[in-house]
Amino acid sequence: MAAELSGPTYLLIAVCAFLLFLAAWFLATGLGLAKPIFLPSPFAVVARLMKLAADGTLASDIGNSVYRIMVGFLIASVMALATAILIGAYRFWEAAIEPFLDFVRYMPVVAFVPLTILWSGTGDVQKFLIIWIGTYFQQALMFKDNIKRVPADFVGFGRTLGMSDFRVLMRIVVPSAMPQIWDTLRISLGWAWTWVTLAELVAANSGLGYRITVAQRYLQTDMAIGYILVLGILGLTTDQIMRFLGRQFFKYERKS
Amino acid sequence: MQTQPKLKISNLHKSFSNGRSTIKVLDDINIEVGDNEFVSLVGASGCGKSTLLSIIAGLQDFEEGEVLVDGASITGPGRDRGVVFQTYTLLPWLTALQNVEFALRETGHDPKEITDVARRHLDLVKLSRFANSFPSQLSGGMKQRVAIARALSYRPKILLMDEPFGALDALTRGQMQELLMQIWQEHRLTVIFVTHDVEEAVYLSDRVFVMGLNPGRIKECIAVPFARPRQTGIQHDRGVLELQARVLKSIREETSRAEFE
Repeated sequence: MAAELSGPTYLLIAVCAFLLFLAAWFLATGLGLAKPIFLPSPFAVVARLMKLAADGTLASDIGNSVYRIMVGFLIASVMALATAILIGAYRFWEAAIEPFLDFVRYMPVVAFVPLTILWSGTGDVQKFLIIWIGTYFQQALMFKDNIKRVPADFVGFGRTLGMSDFRVLMRIVVPSAMPQIWDTLRISLGWAWTWVTLAELVAANSGLGYRITVAQRYLQTDMAIGYILVLGILGLTTDQIMRFLGRQFFKYERKS
Repeated sequence: MQTQPKLKISNLHKSFSNGRSTIKVLDDINIEVGDNEFVSLVGASGCGKSTLLSIIAGLQDFEEGEVLVDGASITGPGRDRGVVFQTYTLLPWLTALQNVEFALRETGHDPKEITDVARRHLDLVKLSRFANSFPSQLSGGMKQRVAIARALSYRPKILLMDEPFGALDALTRGQMQELLMQIWQEHRLTVIFVTHDVEEAVYLSDRVFVMGLNPGRIKECIAVPFARPRQTGIQHDRGVLELQARVLKSIREETSRAEFE
């Protein structure tokens, strides 16, 4: 089951899976199995995207969504890390905060959409809020777990040097957990894409999600599908960028 | 005794409580360790030898008794006691040299001197060539050598070692023991060494404390009279083998007694 594949073989299989998917799509539309209004051909989708790219709509939609993610995700991440350090290091704060985080974590983000609109309208702030609700609570708990996994002897080592507990935390524990924290960031950034799209689908006048609702209104199925593909590609790209940066930051983990 | 002991533990008691029941782990420990003495704590697993070391390091509390270093009662961890842990505790994002520098900086050494001092100590454990390697690039034995260099660098009065070679293969362990012997020989420091390897304990120590089980206590103290410097082959001399057998027997008596209770 765990037999190793060579790099090129792995890539070949992955590319084949994508091609198979594309072929099925071509076949379904080419043979007229699906009406264009339900499933347009890949050509139609690409043509539509080219047109939107040419008139600048695509770039501005991407720009709006990326901006919302960056702000919402950054605020959530910074707050979550601070929370995690607090509850990871001090039992008092763990008792005071963690059960509450656990409770909120199980509330569906979707259910907050109407409420956030009520609170903050349909502008950027509401998008930040949805992204924040969707990522902060999960991140705080995951970061805390990352911090707790630092071996106890690391703490012991710091204390034998006469370092204060706070100094041990900031100089030894958090840096030790950094590769895992980065991984948590990468995973939660993926969710942020879902939350921004959700918020834009419900109420917005710009962004990728908004454009998909417009497409639905005018039965522009090619545009809806094109934007969903764009979202997939953007998600994959950010994930790869995060992986790349992680490899640069944490070079010291490699054996060579 | 004419001179004050480096370390003195008197009437030390320690128990762990898990919920309702309380388990006594250390019962009335009394030890004196002289300046520049090398002593080992041996015993079956569960005898509390690592707990005792951890208490001396100041990393764990105790209910009753006293731990004195140079006559002064300890109140927690401190720079006068350096620890080499069984697990690898090198900071992974720092190179071997930077790991030693980290300890020097945190213990308040002159920033202008720390690189020099760190290099000297890597030299001491014969790792100068790997000064700029990260821990992930070092073998287990090398990591522990850096850990020893790091613990020695800020000149603690007592070096506490908790099964530092326990995770290493037999060959590397032998080399590490020899290296430790050399360093101790040249630099003269007080070492308290926890191990479950009787051969190791006898080879390294001036005295071996055998600990008993349920509750953990000092069962007997066996002096190791062999002259120093000790050669590597000494482990196979008859006298040494007999002493090893005696220590082993003492440990075995405890485990079988504990089983029949």
